Amino acid sequence: MSDDQQNWPLFEVFIRGRAGLEHKHVGSLHAADGQMALEHARDLYTRRMEGVSLWVVRSKDITASDPDDADALFEPAKDKIYRHPTFYEIPDEVKNL
Amino acid sequence: MYTQGLDALGDESLLLPEEELAELEARFQAKIDADEKIEPKDWMPAAYRLTLIRQISQHAHSEIVGMLPEGNWISRAPTLKRKCILIAKVQDEGGHGAYLYSAAETLGISREQMVEQLLSGQAKYSSIFNYPTPSWADIGTIGWLVDGAAIMNQIPLCRCSYGPYARAMVRICKEESFHQRQGFELMMQLCKGSSDQKRMAQEALNRWWWPSLMMFGPSDANSRHTEQSMRWKIKRFTNDELRQKFVDATVPQAEFLGLTLPDDALSWNEQTEHYDFGSIDWDEFQRVLAGQGPCNQERIAARISAHENGAWVREAAMVHAAKQAQRAARE
Ligand SMILES: [Fe+2]
Ligand SMILES: [Fe+2]
Repeated sequence: MSDDQQNWPLFEVFIRGRAGLEHKHVGSLHAADGQMALEHARDLYTRRMEGVSLWVVRSKDITASDPDDADALFEPAKDKIYRHPTFYEIPDEVKNL
Repeated sequence: MYTQGLDALGDESLLLPEEELAELEARFQAKIDADEKIEPKDWMPAAYRLTLIRQISQHAHSEIVGMLPEGNWISRAPTLKRKCILIAKVQDEGGHGAYLYSAAETLGISREQMVEQLLSGQAKYSSIFNYPTPSWADIGTIGWLVDGAAIMNQIPLCRCSYGPYARAMVRICKEESFHQRQGFELMMQLCKGSSDQKRMAQEALNRWWWPSLMMFGPSDANSRHTEQSMRWKIKRFTNDELRQKFVDATVPQAEFLGLTLPDDALSWNEQTEHYDFGSIDWDEFQRVLAGQGPCNQERIAARISAHENGAWVREAAMVHAAKQAQRAARE
């Protein structure tokens, strides 16, 4: 068995705090497969009623943006202030707008 | 993201021209100075990465080894209620170890490497867990003093500059308060009990007081890493500052219990508005850190046997997972 097959892979854990909320990343853990990752996540991250639903996903299956690309990716939004409601000046007498 | 490979440990910075490196470092420090967090894939100086790996993995090892002195009493807890409490606490400590190993893994070291460093004796863990727990009162004292000292240390770490470490510490600190309170409550019960019970409580306090003060690490004059760690906002207070806070908080608690702290030099100082206390036996601290404490060998032996006896489970789980995946692919 290669080293990679021997060691339990890494999973990222997401919890829905309560019905109506989105799942939120809370941390990671090692497990042999998804089912075991769920069981471990339950023991590790929900010992005090932290949630009502769990997602686990293999860490290597996540595609993430590179911090070095942050400027290129997110900067262009900065000069498009017309996307915000405050860009438009409307007289006070106009209501419900 | 938590999926950085081991190659992150190979220091690419060494290949950069000096000017570029200086600029990256200046930008890094500016971020820290502005109280921005550093996240796993962000550029960071190699020394910052290594300092964090050392600190977080030592912290994780301490949580894991820390399960042993208390786990020792689970089967002998005097009531079902105390047994439930102790199991929950020990389980929390295991959880703390797991959160912290995960945080360290984001820096490019693997879980297996860290376990290997602990079992081979290469990695250190808190000296406190090398002391024995001969009586039930030791369990109360550990919760009250050892978890109390840990809380003092850990609360400022919630604001540490490294995101994954800070987030793990927030989770841990939320759980620690129960640990300290159950310990104090246990002590209260013993102190209200028979004279034998009270004597047991006093003896345990005598055993744990000085080792608890040592948990804050060497005095500032002898602490090599403090200055740099404070500049990087990994550390927010010096060892001596935290130790003083702990003494100031604990003296009135001992008075409440009617117990005596084993230090003749302990007295309130009107001028500084802090308690003065006697000098710590740093030789003992160094001896325990170097592996010659009362339980060092026993602790590592217990971890090694747990690791070895669990090998077949880890392996079987992987084989089972592979078989399930194959079967699913065929269907
Ligand atoms: Fe802990
Ligand atoms: Fe604790």
